[in-house]
Amino acid sequence: MRPFTYERAASPAAAARAAAAHQGARFIAGGTNLLDLMKLQIETPAHLIDVNPLGLDQVEETAQGGLRIGALVRNTDLAAHKRVRRDYPVLSRALLAGASAQLRNKATTAGNLLQRTRCPYFYDTSKPCNKRRPGSGCAAIKGFNRNLAILGTSEACIATHPSDMAVAMRLLDAVVETVAPDGSARAIPIANFHRLPGDTPHIETALVPGELITAVTLPRPLGGTQIYRKVRDRASYAFALVSVAAIFGKDGGARFAFGGLAPRPWRIDAADAVARNGPDAVADIALAGATTTPLNGFKTDLTRRTLAALYAEREARK
Amino acid sequence: MTSDKYGGISRRAVLGGSAAACAAPVVASAGAPVRGERSGRPGATLPVTFKVNGKELHLNLDPRTTLLDALREHLRLTGTKKGCDHGQCGACTVIVDGRRINSCLTLAVMHEGDDVTTIEGLGTPERLHPMQRAFVIHDGYQCGYCTPGQICSAVAMLDEIEAGVPSHVTEDLARVSFSDAEVRERMSGNICRCAAYSNIVAAIRDVAGENS
Repeated sequence: MRPFTYERAASPAAAARAAAAHQGARFIAGGTNLLDLMKLQIETPAHLIDVNPLGLDQVEETAQGGLRIGALVRNTDLAAHKRVRRDYPVLSRALLAGASAQLRNKATTAGNLLQRTRCPYFYDTSKPCNKRRPGSGCAAIKGFNRNLAILGTSEACIATHPSDMAVAMRLLDAVVETVAPDGSARAIPIANFHRLPGDTPHIETALVPGELITAVTLPRPLGGTQIYRKVRDRASYAFALVSVAAIFGKDGGARFAFGGLAPRPWRIDAADAVARNGPDAVADIALAGATTTPLNGFKTDLTRRTLAALYAEREARK
Repeated sequence: MTSDKYGGISRRAVLGGSAAACAAPVVASAGAPVRGERSGRPGATLPVTFKVNGKELHLNLDPRTTLLDALREHLRLTGTKKGCDHGQCGACTVIVDGRRINSCLTLAVMHEGDDVTTIEGLGTPERLHPMQRAFVIHDGYQCGYCTPGQICSAVAMLDEIEAGVPSHVTEDLARVSFSDAEVRERMSGNICRCAAYSNIVAAIRDVAGENS
């Protein structure tokens, strides 16, 4: 690990100010992803701002009947929270499908959204990677890309966003609340939070330098049958090849969000609109424009089969 | 010598000899760091105070020091093992404020005021923790390298079930109960390359049975 200076944040606004004032500053919360990358010198912050003293670890009801989840609520606590289990079970399920119990005990809500890709070429510092070193090229496009993205990619990057939680948050239309270095607050709909790579894959979110996530809010519960289905190479503790989060309404409609396919949680309104026509109709629209390689082409069929399994599970639960 | 603080001499202290003395903890003269406190220049040390196995300890650490390295290299508590050092294997699992975490993926300076329990704090060779005894009885290991992490993880895991924390295999999120399938899922963060898994599950099942 490269040397760095370290400070404990005194308030959210002070943390944001400090981050903007220090070249190469990073916030640290759970640290499970950042420290991993710092040991490999993929992340080399000159200054760490420990946000753990800030609290921000409560789940509260909003005036609209939804939930406001503090940025530092741990993944374990969010998955186990009574309101989340009862009213947003797809979020509990997505969280519990991710990582290991030890990691979920440290990982935070905001940190989960901000985690970096597990693309093997992002991790391999001997190989070019436009995300790690802008302009160096992408070794993944012609490399071992079996688990990389087929949607939303560019010629510069085919990395996936690895989060399970974020897929459920996207399905639920979560909103990310932040504070900027000038003290101003804003709310970013999760649909606009993660950016597609284009020719700047190193810029992954809508956050400006120094901007700190303070909370994630969920709108009123949607009810319905909520399912998170994750397909992976092991039964536990592995990243998704494909995952699908779904809510089937009583009226026959449904909404879907996909993980493992794209640089951000993938959701297409037009695919939700044809939910009544069955899984293939949804897949035809959700997967439109997919760019596959000989190694990751299986993900299109796997997505179709996962959707079919979701419809079957919904029937079985009726 | 740190080993004195724990009333005995560890295998490492004997093997390490004088190296152990060099790495002994420094008692900080400054008070505990507070919100807003910062280290002045890269590489400068910071004071941190936390409890390990019931004893309050004061250290001055390079902020890069992980909790795992603080335990092993500064406090000579070498029961906690370094496997992958990237949170993938679980050998470094310790219990902090009642929760199991990977000690390799957290900085020691982030644990001001925390209460850390390592395998040394669970039991001793003379007075084994029930989970340690169960691992011995069921032969829940071969080489033993993953065992301290497995045992710390298992102890905290049973508390999680008790507290009603659901898992990926819990059928009804509102009803959490013990089963072998739950153990396998919940222990997936602890890898055993000798593959003693079936005996580990048997050991944990035994302890869960005693508790219920």
